[in-house]
Amino acid sequence: MSNGRYKIFLGMAAGVGKTYRMLQEGQAEAAAGRDVAIGYLEPHDREETTAQARGLEMVPRRSVPIRDLASWEMDLPALLARGPELALIDELAHTNPPGLEHRKRYEDIADALAAGIDVFSTVNVQHLESLNDQVAELTGVRVRETVPDSVLGSADEVVLIDLTPEALLGRLRAGKIYPGENVDAALNNFFRIENLAALREVSLRQVAEDVESKRLVRGEAPAGLGTRGEEERLATEVPKAVGERLLALVRPRPSSQRLVRRAWRSAQRLGTDLDLLWVKRPGEAIEGEVERQVRALRRLASVLGATLLIEEHDDVVTAVARVVRERGSTYIMVGESGPQRGLARLREPLPQRLMRATPPGVDVRIVADRGGREGRP
Amino acid sequence: VIEHFVVGLALLAGLAGGFLLARARVRRSGRADSVHRILLPFTGSEISRRALDAALRLARAEGATLMPAYLAAVPLQLPLRCALPNEAAKAMAMLEAIEQRASAQDVAVDARIERGRSYRHALARLLEEESFDRVVVAAHANGGEGLSGDDLVWLLRSAPAEVLILRPAPGDERRLSAPAPV
Repeated sequence: MSNGRYKIFLGMAAGVGKTYRMLQEGQAEAAAGRDVAIGYLEPHDREETTAQARGLEMVPRRSVPIRDLASWEMDLPALLARGPELALIDELAHTNPPGLEHRKRYEDIADALAAGIDVFSTVNVQHLESLNDQVAELTGVRVRETVPDSVLGSADEVVLIDLTPEALLGRLRAGKIYPGENVDAALNNFFRIENLAALREVSLRQVAEDVESKRLVRGEAPAGLGTRGEEERLATEVPKAVGERLLALVRPRPSSQRLVRRAWRSAQRLGTDLDLLWVKRPGEAIEGEVERQVRALRRLASVLGATLLIEEHDDVVTAVARVVRERGSTYIMVGESGPQRGLARLREPLPQRLMRATPPGVDVRIVADRGGREGRP
Repeated sequence: VIEHFVVGLALLAGLAGGFLLARARVRRSGRADSVHRILLPFTGSEISRRALDAALRLARAEGATLMPAYLAAVPLQLPLRCALPNEAAKAMAMLEAIEQRASAQDVAVDARIERGRSYRHALARLLEEESFDRVVVAAHANGGEGLSGDDLVWLLRSAPAEVLILRPAPGDERRLSAPAPV
């Protein structure tokens, strides 16, 4: 039996609408004729959420005694026995009380997936283990219930439920997230605009990185698995990562080192990778001073952790456009070109040609030559 | 008569053109032969202002290219060819400051960053890879960081170029530091 498909709705904080969206998609699946059941739902007494769950079958929860109280938990054996095509299971980071099959709900979900049940689930970004410290530092609030990042990585699909901090605060003030008496406390603690803005950034980055890693994994699938064709197709079809990737156009001459330095600083600020590209004319020999400068560029790239690419092509723009597509570059940095002579003056400048030849959304930046003189050969 | 005059003029013009062309070629080839590079190795986030000024003065007088080289020591637990972002950040800022100063004095710059297990090792790798005619380096009065006295003796023996070691002097506390990052 093949594993079920796993879709996670990720949010920056409570109240962004993860559960609502999960139910909405569950309703759409049910309307399309699939057998959908709610494995666990935490409606938090939110009217809109409760309304969205209406009509969907709910696997009854089970009561688990904790000291003198009863805790209502997801009934995993009942869900597995029911065996719907799709189960909606809220709050995957939840910790089960002692005595149940697993310690954590994401482990229950793994059992459901192994049983061939598709699962939709929800989680907030601060529950991810690797982000726990960062989020605690940003917000001053540490979340106890954490899940390994691999849980997010194992999902077939991660949907970011994004909401502006202002809109989320509006929902909070309108009493759509917590009952009226708790709103002020929430506004003064976790739900401050700076916290929400930081969490939103963390969530966006997390999903961007997840997309990027999946794109790379798919692109790097070894040959001979029988699905290579599909993997390659996925690698080219999946949209490029949201994260930036810089490409600096260099030539084997000293002034290029200045360009590399500026490109590297920009890459550092953006926290992204840097590629250096020299488009060599066909047949151009790499010897003498050129060879020395290429060696210098290679060593510089190695110290910086950048990649030096040398492409042989008679048209710089065509070569750059190809590299931009292959590497997923979002930013091209070019050095200032010297005064043009003769017929070259009639040609459209390189940055404009690059803008036209590269995919939309790729920025081109011209780096001024503040260094003055070129090194003499 | 006019015909002879025109032919004579054409001959003269041809001779003059040939002469100018030959002279330009000789100049070009002469320039290629007189390659001048002045190596200025340094470590850390400061460089002796006196050493830099001396190197710039020489480079300007000789029409040479200044090659400031940041030497980075790679800890033993890391591969020698690993990326060194922290060292690179220091080097970048220093090289930028040196380049600005050189540019103001109309001196061409061709910078390097070289890694090694020690500063001497980095310098040895640089000597293997690059060619230059002169090395300018400052000796520290009280040991200090960077190249030691032994390293300088080793440099004198190993460098295939003229080595200019600046004696410690009162002006040595004047150092060029990288500007604070913006």
